[in-house]
Formats: sequence, structure tokens, C-alpha cells
Amino acid sequence: MPSLKVTLLTGRTLRQGQGKEYGKLSERYWKSVAVCEIDPDDMKKLGITEGNSVKIGTDHGLVVVRAIKSLRGPHAGRVFVPYGPWANVIVNPKTHGTGMPSFKGIQATIEPAPSCEKVLTMPELLERHFKKE
Amino acid sequence: MKVVSNVTCPGCGCLCDDLEIEVENNTVKAVRNACGMGESKFLGYSLHRPQKPLIRKKGELVEASLSEAIRKSAEILANSSYPILYGWSNTSCEATSVGVELAEEIGGIIDNTSTVCHGPSVLSIQDVGFSTCTLGQVRHRADLIIYWASNPWSAHPRHLERYTNFTEGRFRSSAWNKYLDGLGSYRAERRRQRAAKLVGEIHGVSVETPPVEEPSKRLPHSLFEKGRKMIVVDVRRTRTADIADYFLQVEPNKDYEIFQALRILLQDGELEVDSVGGVPAEILEDLADLLAGCEFGVLFFGVGLTMSEGKLRNIEAGISLVRDLNQFTKFVIMPMRGHYNVTGANIVSTWQTGYPFAVDFSHGYPRYNPGETSVVDVLSRDESDAALIVASDPVANFPKGASQNLIKNPLIVVDTGTSATSMFADVVLPSAVSGIEVEGTAYRMDRVPLPLKKVVQPPKAVYSDEQLLKRILREVRRIKKNMGGGDSQWLTC
Repeated sequence: MPSLKVTLLTGRTLRQGQGKEYGKLSERYWKSVAVCEIDPDDMKKLGITEGNSVKIGTDHGLVVVRAIKSLRGPHAGRVFVPYGPWANVIVNPKTHGTGMPSFKGIQATIEPAPSCEKVLTMPELLERHFKKE
Repeated sequence: MKVVSNVTCPGCGCLCDDLEIEVENNTVKAVRNACGMGESKFLGYSLHRPQKPLIRKKGELVEASLSEAIRKSAEILANSSYPILYGWSNTSCEATSVGVELAEEIGGIIDNTSTVCHGPSVLSIQDVGFSTCTLGQVRHRADLIIYWASNPWSAHPRHLERYTNFTEGRFRSSAWNKYLDGLGSYRAERRRQRAAKLVGEIHGVSVETPPVEEPSKRLPHSLFEKGRKMIVVDVRRTRTADIADYFLQVEPNKDYEIFQALRILLQDGELEVDSVGGVPAEILEDLADLLAGCEFGVLFFGVGLTMSEGKLRNIEAGISLVRDLNQFTKFVIMPMRGHYNVTGANIVSTWQTGYPFAVDFSHGYPRYNPGETSVVDVLSRDESDAALIVASDPVANFPKGASQNLIKNPLIVVDTGTSATSMFADVVLPSAVSGIEVEGTAYRMDRVPLPLKKVVQPPKAVYSDEQLLKRILREVRRIKKNMGGGDSQWLTC
């Protein structure tokens, strides 16, 4: 299966901002953050098209999100995931003594997700990764 | 139908105070002048909210009376030895003020969302100071605006329109018409190319696409002409970059090197390399000339600097560059603060404790040591034993490990809506929305305080964060008094 080494960036998007203000449990919110913007050339290398699921892996975790075309390329080798629970699974929690985790510039690997691995909904994601004891 | 004018938007750090809200039967019907985010907040704030307090019983959140929820919250906090009090950036200064008092009373850690936002910027400012100004001065006087690692189109949608390029200042004209002209030419060219391709396909003739020009190794001359200019520096092209007069794409995690390279150039040094951080040395030379040659420059920076490698050192280099530039011209720097009152949370915390965030009261007096007393570190080391979250959703914003340790301990959430965090809470206290249902004070990103307005009544028996926190504080003091513990001097104040 093709895979690429990329630099992962996370950040704000207008849709994420609208979604979070509209309601954190709304479909509008989680659909705006369970995505990954990928350069069109990188999508070709991975053999995927917009809407396919991709698996992003870092030293800190693995997550499956929906691939969307990065509109203002070229920025091959850089992928972008909006802030949110999906990004939090794979970001670098180390704060290096500052209090701030590393949310940007993280080394990651990206590959098409196997058909058995779907993009989780918000309740599914929370259930998989968080348990109230 | 009534229209409430000059409403301050509790959306982002811009705190736009020119909104007009149409209200009918205590419901917001329409929002004028707001951006997409602000409009979503005013129209959606009441859609996903519990109206009654909830308490976890046998694993399920069930409705409870307010007194019961307050009592349970106070018991959790009074019986904990190292609780976290976190959030505060989406509520009023008045609520934060009570939060600090509560943290002192229970010997907890009080931290606000700047810890995962502009915390490193605060650390740098404490290290080296910074020259800054108000957004009004930027609006009227700045002729060179730089957005570095910041995308206001997405995070602060009206920043350009109200404070920088697209606003008509007293001494600077808006660049709006110039932008529209450029956009018109660009769209016309795109239409021409599409039409040529279509005609080519119909007649079976291949239409050659124009060759992609090699990026120039000099800055365009137009940047050195009179008038307001905007430059975007970022690791990827954004919508804001499309609007800018010039976009400088840099490699991720290389901002520190670029700032220092510009400082070397300003001091007549030479770069003995061809490029720095993916930027050709010639471009950096031109950029240094442009920065030094403007009349009033401003560097707005986003969390692209604070969250990347180098963190506070990136900001320190940026501030130092701006300080150096003041040998040549007037230059200022300002962080693009995200949540609408994150600046206020820093300011209130500094007033009352001497420190802007990550304040630890476990020794009975305020201690501040980000990295040790910051909430992500405390959670990652699994040191806390309870948490009170106010107006925030750490489960949606913290790294997974930190969130897992947060939810496994007793958790109280005071918030206006349901969130990922409130789903794991042991007590949920629904509160009225500051800036929509209750008044208060908030600080804009340039540290200007603005009043938050009340445009509708909150639902019956839903109180403000400030009122709820005061009740919890009162109950904590009562419990501690009955337990015979606590410090008597706090009980009398």
C-alpha cells in the first residue's frame, strides 16, 4: 500500500470555527474536523481521491480521517488537519517545559485507510479513546 | 422585534463591537455585521445545551437540582488535594476573578487556555518585553501589515476589515478596491483560460497552458511603492495569503532561523547561505529593506509560531526583530489571540496572582512555572485528582493522554453547551452565555477592555458563570469550616 512521509500541521479553519460555535456535538462540527487537507499531487501518489479515508500515523497515535484536496498548493509533503479530537489523537503531547504541546510541524506517515477502517463519528471516537472509570 | 446595536461579539479576540442583533420573543432572529463564526454563535448557542444541572449516578448523567449540583461540586473540590481549574477564555473577567479566589481557597492550579495557545508568547514577552499598540493605531497609521504564521481569514475573519488592510484609516486608505480590481483580473483570466480549453476541446485542438513562471528571487517593486501593504508568511498558502500583496512560504519549524537572518541583515551582516528556511537570501535582503523602510509596521503573529519547534524562542526572535526595526522606523508586534477573552483571563490572573497563567496555589501562595504548573504537563504526569472546567472543552483540544487523565478523576464542567468534556463530567452546571445572556467585561487582543452586552434573557434558573462559581466558593468555605480545616484568614474575607 502506498504511503508518504509528511509534515503534519494542525490549525483553525473557518468551518471548524463555525462548527464549534454551532455546537461541539453537532455533525457540522465533527464533519469539519475529521478531515485532512492533502496536496493534489500527494493524493495521486497515494492513489486516492477526495472523500477517501486516509490513515495518519505519528509517534503518538493513529487516526482515520477523510481526505480533501488542499486548495492552495503546491505544498507537497505538508498535510493539514483542523484542531479537534481527531487531531488530538496524533499530535505531539510534549511541551518541552513551556506548557504548550507541539500541534504543528509533526513528522507523520499517511496512507489510504484499509476498507475496514472507517472515519469514526464523534461518539465513536470518544468511546474508542476515552473511558470514564 | 427589537434591534440591539453596538453589541460586542463573544467570538474571537477581535471582539468586534459593531454587531446588530435582531431579537423577537427573547430569541435571536438575525445577526448583522458579524462574521461566520460570530453569527454561528448567536444563532446556535441555544441549540445544544442542557438546561438543568446533571450529576453522574451509576455511570449515567442524570438531572439534579442546582443546590445538589453545587454541593457535589464543592465536595469534590474541598476533598481534592491537587485540583485543576481550567478554561476561562470564553467567559467574563468577573467569572475568572472568582475562579482565582476559588483556586486559592482549595489550593489548586488555575490555568487558562493560553497555555495551549499563546502561552509561549507570554513567556517570551516576560523575557524580552515587546513594543505594541492598540488596534486603533494600526487601523489609522500602519502602512505595512505582516501576518506571520497566522490565518485571520479563518481564525479572525473580520480582522482585516476592521483593523488592517480593508479598513479606511485616518492616515491610511483601505486596500479593498485594489483587492477587488486584482480579483476581477484574476477571475477574468481564469474564465478566459477555461473558455480557451473548451473551444480547444470542441475543435480538437490542444490549447497550451501558459508555462508556470519560476518564482522570482526578488520582492516585487510594487511592495516598495507608497500605500498600505500586506505580507503573509506561512508554511502553506491560505486564503489570507491569497489576499496579501505578497506571500512568503517558509519551511515548517524554520521561523526562528528566518527571524534571526532578518536581524543579521538589518545589522548590515551577510548571509553566507543561499537560502534560510526555504526562502532565498535575496528575498530576505529585500524583505529586510522593506521592513526598515516602512513608516509604521506591525507584525501580527499566530499560533503557528507558538506550536512549532522553538515555541517561545520563535516569539523571542520575532520580538527582537521588531525591537531592532525600531532603530529604523516605527514597528510593533501583536499576538493574534484566539478566544474572545483569553487576554482578559491573562490580565485578571496577573492582577490577582502576579502571573498570567499556570498558577499553582498548592503551597498556599501563587507559584508559576510553566512546564511544571501548566495544566497539560500536570495532566500528562497524572498528578491532579479533580478538575473544574469553566467555559472550555479540553477533551476536544488537549493531546489524548492528557484528556484521558483528566476524565478519569472527578470532573466538574461549568459551560453553556454540551461538549466532549461535559460528556465525561461528574457534575455539569449549565451556565448563561456571557455576551449574549449576561453582561460582563472582556479584553480585546490589544488589551483594550470592552463591555459584553446582554441581548436576551437566559433560561429560567440558568445563572452566569460568575454566580455559579460564587455559590461553589461559598459552599467550599462552608464545608471546610465544618471540617475544621482551612485557613481562617480566608474564611473571614
